[in-house]
Amino acid sequence: MKELSLHILDIIQNSIAAKASLITINIVEDLTTDVFSIEVIDNGQGMDKELAERIKDPFITGRKTRKVGLGVPLLYIACTRCQGNLEIQSDKGKGTKVIAWFKHSHIDRAPLGNMIDTIIAIVIGNPEIDIIYNHRINENEFNFDTREIKHILGEVPINEPQVISWIKGFLEEGLNSLNGGARI
Amino acid sequence: MKSIKDLEEIRKRTYDTINLRKDQPGTRVVVGMATCGIAAGARPVLLAIMDEIKKNELADVVVAQTGCIGMCRLEPIVEVYKPGEEKVTYVKMNASKAIRVVNEHVMKGKIVQEYTVGAEEN
Repeated sequence: MKELSLHILDIIQNSIAAKASLITINIVEDLTTDVFSIEVIDNGQGMDKELAERIKDPFITGRKTRKVGLGVPLLYIACTRCQGNLEIQSDKGKGTKVIAWFKHSHIDRAPLGNMIDTIIAIVIGNPEIDIIYNHRINENEFNFDTREIKHILGEVPINEPQVISWIKGFLEEGLNSLNGGARI
Repeated sequence: MKSIKDLEEIRKRTYDTINLRKDQPGTRVVVGMATCGIAAGARPVLLAIMDEIKKNELADVVVAQTGCIGMCRLEPIVEVYKPGEEKVTYVKMNASKAIRVVNEHVMKGKIVQEYTVGAEEN
């Protein structure tokens, strides 16, 4: 994947397949410790410890269409290439937490890329799932929560085109100010 | 600044069209969003379709996503379901092809044959 935001979009598909109703994405960019970390936490069906251990192997997959699953292995390789690692914590029936981290300054670390498009793509295709997105760069933090938006919208679906435009603008403003006013 | 107040305005504005839509079956446009689709460029395809729907104010079109369809080498894949018609599968899509599918197939009912899986496989 060319961008970490595409890996995130991909990892979230696993949460959707696991029937999650709430997915939390935590991104931390800490330049003092030189760490870039990504967490995807869901309340889906989870898996047992043994499967969680083996999921980094491309020949382990839960799906039925074929016997190869590349989502987690691709992210795992991206992490280890950058002096980082990937950890999966899961409890059957409770949910799964994927933690991926990189050395922030590593030359091989892909850029985060377009997180706005990743969030929007998830919301468009999965209006019934709630998304929390927290992004911290050093001391500055941006938070986004679809539950707050749905509360205001009432019966109007969150994937209504005009609502999607609003969310896009909201994310743009939030992430721009997080990046110190620089356009992203 | 994008404010919560704007969101309330949108709610008031769109409420009526939503009730209108409940009565009629619409078109479903489904984008494959598994690892293969995402790596091949499904995200810009999905967003281009959404933009085109907004631009043309298509109230009866729903965009959805699905997992791996099993034809990874043909991703990004877009399926169009029109009520009472057979599903049409478009392959090797990009943003501009997706816009054309919305304009011709979704809006005017004219299938873009050259992008279909049938045309690709022949």
